[in-house]
Amino acid sequence: MKKVNDIFGKELKVLNIGLEQFYEDLKSQDIKAIQMDWRPPAGGDSEAADLLAALLG
Amino acid sequence: MLIKTVIRHGEYYDSVKLMIATKELSEFEGIKEAAILMGSDLNKEVLKRTGLLTPESEAAVPEDLIIAISSESQDAIDKALDAVDGLLNKHGGGDDENEYRPKSFDSAMKTMPGLNFCIISVPGKYAKREAMKALKNDMHVLLFSDNVTKEEELELKTYARDNGLLLMGPDCGTAMINNVPLGFANKIRKGNIGLVGAAGTGMQEVMVLVHKLGGGISQAIGTGGRDLSVEIGGITMLQGIEALNEDPDTKVIVVISKPPAEEISDKMLSYIKENVKKPVVINFIGGDKKKVEAIGKIGATTLEEAAVEAVKIAEAGLSSGFKIETDEELKAIAEREAKLIKPGQKYLRGLYSGGTLCYESMLVLRDYIGDVYSNTPLNKTMKLEDATNTTGNCCIDYGDDQFTVGRAHPMIDTTLREEEFMKEIQKDDVAVIILDVVIGYGTHSDPAGVFAKRIKQAKDIFAQNGRHVPIICYICGTDEDPQNWAMQKSKLEEAGAIIVNTNAKASKLAGMIINEL
Repeated sequence: MKKVNDIFGKELKVLNIGLEQFYEDLKSQDIKAIQMDWRPPAGGDSEAADLLAALLG
Repeated sequence: MLIKTVIRHGEYYDSVKLMIATKELSEFEGIKEAAILMGSDLNKEVLKRTGLLTPESEAAVPEDLIIAISSESQDAIDKALDAVDGLLNKHGGGDDENEYRPKSFDSAMKTMPGLNFCIISVPGKYAKREAMKALKNDMHVLLFSDNVTKEEELELKTYARDNGLLLMGPDCGTAMINNVPLGFANKIRKGNIGLVGAAGTGMQEVMVLVHKLGGGISQAIGTGGRDLSVEIGGITMLQGIEALNEDPDTKVIVVISKPPAEEISDKMLSYIKENVKKPVVINFIGGDKKKVEAIGKIGATTLEEAAVEAVKIAEAGLSSGFKIETDEELKAIAEREAKLIKPGQKYLRGLYSGGTLCYESMLVLRDYIGDVYSNTPLNKTMKLEDATNTTGNCCIDYGDDQFTVGRAHPMIDTTLREEEFMKEIQKDDVAVIILDVVIGYGTHSDPAGVFAKRIKQAKDIFAQNGRHVPIICYICGTDEDPQNWAMQKSKLEEAGAIIVNTNAKASKLAGMIINEL
C-alpha cells in the first residue's frame, strides 16, 4: 500500500491550477512545475459542467 | 463623466491577474477609475464605492467578467478598452510566453511525466472536481480554494487517505514539502522539526520563528481549517502525524490548530499517546494545555512558545542573534507611547491579513482588555455584522471568506486593508493600530512598501490634528524570502511604525498600551 511518506525526499513535480503566482514562485526556485490553462468548465455554468463531466465519464 | 461597462459572460481570469490588469488600466492617461473583475456581489460593492456601478454591471452574475472604466474622454476609454485583452493575457514575470500550458490532466501528465503534486486555487465551486482528478492521477494536493463544502471535503479526504495521498485543504494556504514552500510560505532552513497544522498563518509564524531561532523544518503539512471538525474527524491531521512519526528526518513534531471539537481533540491526543514516541509540541491555540501535558507531551499557548519549545527539543538551534522582546521591554514601550496619546483616544484596531494571527491576537488581548469585536470573534456575542464598520476594540481578519469571493487574498491584494487603515486612522477614538505584514512566496511583492506609504500619510494627518496613534507592525517572514524581512522592517521603521518580533508580542504591546490609558 502506498504511503504518504513516499513523497518525502522525492523530487517534487508540480501541476498548478489557478493563481499563476504559485507557478511563478516555483519556477523562480527551479522547482519542476507546469501551469494548467484552466477555465471554468462550460463557460462558468457549473450545472452544465457537471452534465458534461457525466457525459464524458 | 463617462462610464463604460463591458460584460463578457463566461470569460474567466484569476483574481491576481485581474488585480494587476486593473492597476495597469487605472494608470492609462485620462482614466479616472478602472476595474476588471468577476461579477460577484462583493465586487459590485467595489464598483459602487468607486462610482463605476452601472445597471449593466449591477445585473452581472459571478460568471461574468466586468470591465468598467470612467473618464472625461471617450477617446481615453476607447484606448483603454483596446488594451484590456493585452493586459489580461500578458504572462507573469520571467515566464516563457511560448511555454506550453496543458488544458487537461491527460495532456499535463504527458507534458511532465511523474507529476506528483498539484496546487489548486480555482473558485470553490469548481475545486472539488479538479482535486479529485488530481488524486486519481496519483498526485498529492494542496487545495488553496475556499468555499468548498464539508461533504466535498470528506469525499476528497477519504479517497486521499485510502490511496496514501495527502489532500491538504480546502482553504489550506501553506505547506512545505521537501523544503519546497507551497502556497503562502516562507523560505525556511531545512531541519528536523516537522509540522502539521490546521492554521495557515499559524504554521507560517511557527516556521518563521523556528528559522529565526536557528532551527529548521523537515516537512510542514497543512490540513485546512475544518479538518478537526467532527464531520471530517481530523483525517489529514492523523495522516500527517503518522507520516512525520515514521519520517527519519523528523525529530520533533509540532501540531497547530484552533481548539478542535472536544471529541476530536481527545481522538488526536489518544492517537499521539498510543503511537508517537517522538516529542510532540501541541498548540491548540487557546485550548487546554493540561490535557496535552497529561499524555506526556508539551503544550504551548502561543505560536511563539511552540516554536521556542520545538527548537529547544530539536537541539538544532544555531546561534542566530534573534531576540524576542521581554515583557519588561514591551512595558517600557507601552508607557512611552501611552503618554503621547490624547484623552478620548481609547480603542485598539487590529487589521489582519492572517487569520490565525488575528485569532492568536484576540486570545492574547483577552488577558489585557477582555474580548474584542471581530468578524471572526472568540466569543459569538462580539461578532461584527459589518466588519468594515468597526466599534470599540476590534480585530478584523480581512482574509476571511466573506472578503475573498471573487477577489484576491489580502496578503496579495492590499487595497481593501489600505482603505480600512486610512479610515481607522481618521477616527478620533482610535488609540492603537496593529498591522500584520506577511511576506514570502505567493504574497504581495512589497507589502511593507505599500503600508509604509500609508503610515507616512497617517503621520501627516496626525501632525495636522495633534494626535498620536502608535502603529504596531509584525512582519511574518525571513531574510531569505523574496521581499527580505530586514528590508521590509526598515521601510516600516522609517515610516514610524513600531516593529515587534512575534505576533503574540505585537498584540501584547497593544493590550498594554490600552491598559495604560
